[in-house]
Amino acid sequence: MVNTKTTLCGIELDNPVIPASGTFGYGSEFAELYDINCLGTLSMKGSTRDPRFGNPTPRIAECAGGMMNSVGLQNPGIDAVISTELPKLRKVFHKPIMANICGYSLDEYAENAAKMDKAEQVGWLEINISCPNVHCGGMSFGTVPENAAEVTRAVKAVTTKPVIMKLTPNVTDIVSIARACEEAGADGVSLINTMMGMAIDLRTRKPLLANITGGLSGPAVKPVALRMVYQVSQAVNIPVIGIGGITTAEDVLEMMLAGATAVEVGAANVADPFACKKIIDSLPAVMEKYNIQSLKDIIGGAH
Amino acid sequence: MKQGLFKILENKELAPDVHQLVLEGDTSAIRCAGQFIDIRLDGHFLRRPFSICDWTSSTLTVVYRTVGKGTAELSEYQTGKTVELLTGLGNGFDTTVSGDKPLLVAGGSGVPMMYALAKELIAEGKQVSAVLGYRTAADVFLANDIEALGVNVTITTEDGTLGIKGFVTDAMQDMDYTYFYTCGPEAMFKAVHRIAATSGQFSFEARMGCGYGACMGCTMETKNGYKRICKDGPVLVREELIW
Ligand SMILES: Cc1cc2nc3c(=O)[nH]c(=O)nc-3n(C[C@H](O)[C@H](O)[C@H](O)COP(=O)(O)OP(=O)(O)OC[C@H]3O[C@@H](n4cnc5c(N)ncnc54)[C@H](O)[C@@H]3O)c2cc1C
Ligand SMILES: Cc1cc2nc3c(=O)[nH]c(=O)nc-3n(C[C@H](O)[C@H](O)[C@H](O)COP(=O)(O)O)c2cc1C
Ligand code: FES
Repeated sequence: MVNTKTTLCGIELDNPVIPASGTFGYGSEFAELYDINCLGTLSMKGSTRDPRFGNPTPRIAECAGGMMNSVGLQNPGIDAVISTELPKLRKVFHKPIMANICGYSLDEYAENAAKMDKAEQVGWLEINISCPNVHCGGMSFGTVPENAAEVTRAVKAVTTKPVIMKLTPNVTDIVSIARACEEAGADGVSLINTMMGMAIDLRTRKPLLANITGGLSGPAVKPVALRMVYQVSQAVNIPVIGIGGITTAEDVLEMMLAGATAVEVGAANVADPFACKKIIDSLPAVMEKYNIQSLKDIIGGAH
Repeated sequence: MKQGLFKILENKELAPDVHQLVLEGDTSAIRCAGQFIDIRLDGHFLRRPFSICDWTSSTLTVVYRTVGKGTAELSEYQTGKTVELLTGLGNGFDTTVSGDKPLLVAGGSGVPMMYALAKELIAEGKQVSAVLGYRTAADVFLANDIEALGVNVTITTEDGTLGIKGFVTDAMQDMDYTYFYTCGPEAMFKAVHRIAATSGQFSFEARMGCGYGACMGCTMETKNGYKRICKDGPVLVREELIW
């Protein structure tokens, strides 16, 4: 029997597979299909202080090897998430969950973190400083090391839960951002969020997405994600969650060899509702194939 | 919703750029007309959504227009090939509110789902009429099949080569109906919404990511809040539309 367990900021996961924020809703659609307790944990759709519709539609486009989205953080607001979605999720998911939050100001980040800190179900806070689809806020906090550090400090000041900073790949030097987060007290980093892209509709001769640009994700971004996880995990001493283009158990192993302690699976859930379950089910056999007894042993093995 | 493998029994051209695909597999997740399926195509990351045109306990039919790369490739798929589908997606039409004389109004790729809906309404003993809009006579498809179910069909063509010249709304004006169901392009929707004499249901299309409510890609604002076309729709009632 192989060992698929991993430990993320002091909390043990049965396996490293975590549905990525924004691609799994609040879990209920998937709980109708299979027992989602097979997941390591799950990262909920990003919450903001106020309810948001998000960007105008169309906000999804297909491309070679993946997709682009410009959803723009549609969510019912953090209070509704806590009062409505968390109780619903509790009925179908019995493990600590990861609460993904976003903000438009330092104050908002702190306010949202303080609210999630009180939610007993929440095991980790994942702080999105990397959303390319919201203007003023979101990614602008994640592209400058000092700003990223400021958000980290603001959040750390109001919570005792592990804080994982979610980083954007749309920067010249992601390592400097990760280091700034670590120095400011982050307990982990997750990367990557989507890469800025766009699509043109030949029929209309205009951008296909109403927002003009969107975030690229899916298999097309995996090499970039692997490279960034490899570089960041060498530079910091906090755990790294590897995200980007994971669709198979083989991808999970590659990401862990690159230095990830756990992984998040995003676009794959959009293409196949059973994606995470299939990855988890096939993980032991693939580990055996590559002579891996315990996942913990291979983290950063490629360094 | 169910995920399943289906075998292609038939994939034939009905009209220029319009194909009928008949699939064999487990259809038990399909509850009613107006629901859709999401088909995985080789070499494409996202699925393609199509309304259910007809189904039995072991087969289902969709009728699709070849508009882009995916549908063009699908039209080349041969009988016997296996494809992977999500079935039973979306809310579908509510026929309990139709009254005894429902009217179906459809244009273009909105026509196929009206076959399933007509079948359901006829089985409920209702007197069903339909206005089906096409560009030109050569584009007409499924009209005979819908008529054969016992529906009183009126055809409109934009160039007047068959039926009434003009748009579906030109034919709707003097019709007598208790309720309407519609699917078609947005311009048609807005015209129908403007002139319709009764309440009704609209089946929307949207660029979708997942097709089952997880990604928030397809949301539309309504008077009853934000609705995901794939999960809370595709069918919305007239009174909730913000037009
Ligand atoms: C609920 C629903 C029911 C539908 N029912 C039917 C039907 O019964 N018959 C039919 O002919 N068509 C139907 N459509 C439209 C059909 O899904 C698109 O024509 C098809 O996805 C186009 O794929 P493509 O690869 O040829 O086009 P491309 O433009 O190459 O596709 C690129 C991407 O855009 C998406 N896309 C392109 N056009 C549309 C569109 N109009 N609506 C939604 N997504 C689109 C594709 O799914 C794909 O992800 C329906 C759409 C929805 C949402
Ligand atoms: C439709 C969609 C919505 C997303 N929404 C969020 C979000 O709300 N918060 C967030 O931090 N990341 C969001 N993301 C980014 C993903 O969590 C993930 O970081 C990214 O997609 C890369 O992983 P992938 O290649 O596996 O998709 C979203 C991605 C997609 C495709
Ligand atoms: S397409 Fe994903 S929520 Fe509708």
